[in-house]
Amino acid sequence: MSTIDDRTATAARAGFLAIELDGAGWDGTGFGSPDGFASLAEAVLAAESAGFHVATFADSPRAGRVNALQRAAYAGPVTRTIALVPEVDTVYTEPFHVSTQLASLDYVSGGRAGWIATAAEFPETAAAVGRENVSGTALAQEAAASIEVSRRLWDSWEDDAVIRDVATGRYIDADKLHYVDYKTPEGFGAPYSVKGPSIIPRPLQGQLPILAPASIVGTGQVPADAVDAVLVTAPTPELLTAEIRDVRHRLGAAVAIVGELDVVLDARGQAAVERATGPVSGRARYVGSAADLVDFLEPLLAEADGVRLHPASLAVELDELARWVLPELRRRGALRAPVQDGTFRDLLGLPRPASRYAHPSTTAGN
Amino acid sequence: MPQHSSAFTPSGTLQLGVFFQGVNSGTIWKAAESGSQTDFESFRRIAQTAERGLFAAFFLGEGLRLREHLGRPHALDVVGRPDAQTMLAALASVTTHIGLAATQNTTYNDPADLAHRLSSLDLISGGRAAWNMVTTDNAWTGENFRRGGYLDHADRYVHAEAFVRTAKAIWDSWAPDAIASDGTAGTAGTAGNWPADGAVRRVHHEGQHYTVDYTPRLPRSPQHHPVLFQAGDSPAGRDFAARQADVIFSAHPQFDAAVAFRADIIERTLRAGRPADAVKIMPASEFILAPTSAEAAEKKAWVRELQIGPQQAIAYLEQFWGRQLDGWDPDGPLPDIDPAVEETSETRGSGFHGAKAGELTAQWRQEAAEKGQSILEFVRAKAARSDASFVGSYSEVADTLADYARVGAVDGFNISPWLIPTGLDDIVNHLVPELQERGVYPTQYRGTTLRENLGLAVPDRAAAGEPAIR
Ligand SMILES: Cc1cc2nc3c(=O)[nH]c(=O)nc-3n(C[C@H](O)[C@H](O)[C@H](O)COP(=O)(O)O)c2cc1C
Repeated sequence: MSTIDDRTATAARAGFLAIELDGAGWDGTGFGSPDGFASLAEAVLAAESAGFHVATFADSPRAGRVNALQRAAYAGPVTRTIALVPEVDTVYTEPFHVSTQLASLDYVSGGRAGWIATAAEFPETAAAVGRENVSGTALAQEAAASIEVSRRLWDSWEDDAVIRDVATGRYIDADKLHYVDYKTPEGFGAPYSVKGPSIIPRPLQGQLPILAPASIVGTGQVPADAVDAVLVTAPTPELLTAEIRDVRHRLGAAVAIVGELDVVLDARGQAAVERATGPVSGRARYVGSAADLVDFLEPLLAEADGVRLHPASLAVELDELARWVLPELRRRGALRAPVQDGTFRDLLGLPRPASRYAHPSTTAGN
Repeated sequence: MPQHSSAFTPSGTLQLGVFFQGVNSGTIWKAAESGSQTDFESFRRIAQTAERGLFAAFFLGEGLRLREHLGRPHALDVVGRPDAQTMLAALASVTTHIGLAATQNTTYNDPADLAHRLSSLDLISGGRAAWNMVTTDNAWTGENFRRGGYLDHADRYVHAEAFVRTAKAIWDSWAPDAIASDGTAGTAGTAGNWPADGAVRRVHHEGQHYTVDYTPRLPRSPQHHPVLFQAGDSPAGRDFAARQADVIFSAHPQFDAAVAFRADIIERTLRAGRPADAVKIMPASEFILAPTSAEAAEKKAWVRELQIGPQQAIAYLEQFWGRQLDGWDPDGPLPDIDPAVEETSETRGSGFHGAKAGELTAQWRQEAAEKGQSILEFVRAKAARSDASFVGSYSEVADTLADYARVGAVDGFNISPWLIPTGLDDIVNHLVPELQERGVYPTQYRGTTLRENLGLAVPDRAAAGEPAIR
């Protein structure tokens, strides 16, 4: 029988598991694929009932891939506990639109939304919106600006801005709405400004948790305190733990660490090595049996705050993961309990922050 | 130019849509029955009720800067609306037939990005998406965007037209055979051979306002591409609709005005080289219904009282006077002082568009004096969209609507509920069955796509698109 202390210790080192839902249909892989799901809803429900804490939705340009934020929104009303986290580009997408779309995702998912803020070099996307191609350090600069705009806009309505005061006829308290007056910093590639306030009340979580690739976070890039978690990539599974420790050391304890892992499992009578034929992703790739994956993930989940799995074939690997991997990890106490009706912030152990503008002396126009 | 029959044959039926405005003074929040304007459950409730009533579409409005009042966010308005496409993608998973219409402006979006997101919504909903094209052009909204307030009033529809032609080119650029029908193409990791090489045309546009060089990434949806609505009433706006739109979201629901508007649109549509019935018309409207006409009249008075109280009346006038009027008695006559601004300003929120404040306020003072109206009475009459309302018993209003259907004055109505989230209940429970009895309203959805349910033809490939480069 465990004591309360034991359980606390177990909980402290228990991590969460995320799954990338590429392969669920409407993402460039689902059409006509024999391993696809009948619907996106079916796939996200399978991930939720398997016990995954987080579903992510990729969004780099690719033929057939439907907008990730809309896929996450579609999944919102049909799920209860799984966090829904789309990739949303920070470079070529209007920051004001990004901010309101993500806030809306939080509303339609009951506070389970997050954001993987991406900034990658895509000359095709630049040409599509008639802009110069952004590359190098300017990418992180764009990401930092877009994140800052979103955060300010999410705070621009104080939590109690809607007052519905029948006596004075006021629906909102104008003192609790704020201009964000954002201007890009000196030396910014293509400068812009955003006035605010947002057009939607503060998201249910106050601030959505923001994730970003560790490669764009740090001094001179996206400041560590601008994100809640980073995605850490290593070339091999063996190097992943060391990389996680390095990033933790570099960014400090306030940023959660999520390890990135491709998985190819022995499944349906086929050895994983035979199935491991897909293109190289640049991420560590685990190839083997479900039982060995449990042994690999258990210590990794103690080291990182969470691990994101990228299955070779969503339907095939999800089957194996649901049947063998997650139950065993739970039995060993390596997985955080899913938070029933909780928010994504709850899962990450983040308190709901006050609006930066919430101060007795502030008024609209400041 | 192709020849079309200039004869317009009324379909004899009506369609309904619901306009969830998001920002308005029409939704009463002071009533005990009123729920949240922003909770997802309100949207789900309204969309599912509308679907139960076989409504063609659920509409969301758009406004990308909060309205202001004398330099501050307008405290009396019901405000706070989610992003249309995100909300509609969520509603797609809890509805099956109703169309999902997003109001999106052509000025603060990039054509390739917007076309891609609309295609996404169309695919995710199985062919139920629509785009209500609006043309916001004020510097006011522009302050929230990279581009800033850059568009002259005169340029708006020129820009809008280039935008929608580019969007159509993007939607038309997937050859029907781009995806192999045997299901062999498109499996994981084979993006290189899917779609087939050369099956997608690159779209190139270089114009005064934007440059697009884009290889589309999404196939056609079951309805080919989103249904196009247009909202905007100027001659330029009507011509734009006549050339490009499938449906006009108009502002003329009263019978005579509706008939005149229809005639005008038929003429413009023929001039644009399209058939007389190519563009459907669904005016914005409000329905206040009850079992008897006396009860409906009472209900209307109650709704108006809650919509516009003394503070709303004064604030309404302040928008046009451009100055504080809080010392004025809502039960007294209109203020006899001059407005603070002579020229109206596009950067000051709603209320000022297209009218000179001095002339307008003088005219209003005279009008109210002639009718013996107090400030409150005047504003209630002016602001509550009275000309857009159908007030009466279920059967009276059904009779009225049947007349509209018979002469083809409109193709349907786009209803703004006066109460969230239950404002459609009596329409669906009582008016719809009466309309069905009269044979002027569908008894089932015709198909699964919005285009099918509105009775619209599938667009010709590349009919009105920009030249594309293969
Ligand atoms: C019924 C109706 C609904 C409209 N809804 C919106 C809306 O939700 N968002 C918006 O920005 N403009 C909306 N508009 C404004 C029009 O897009 C347009 O900007 C305005 O009518 C001025 O254009 P015009 O001079 O052609 O009439 C609406 C217009 C009408 C008639």
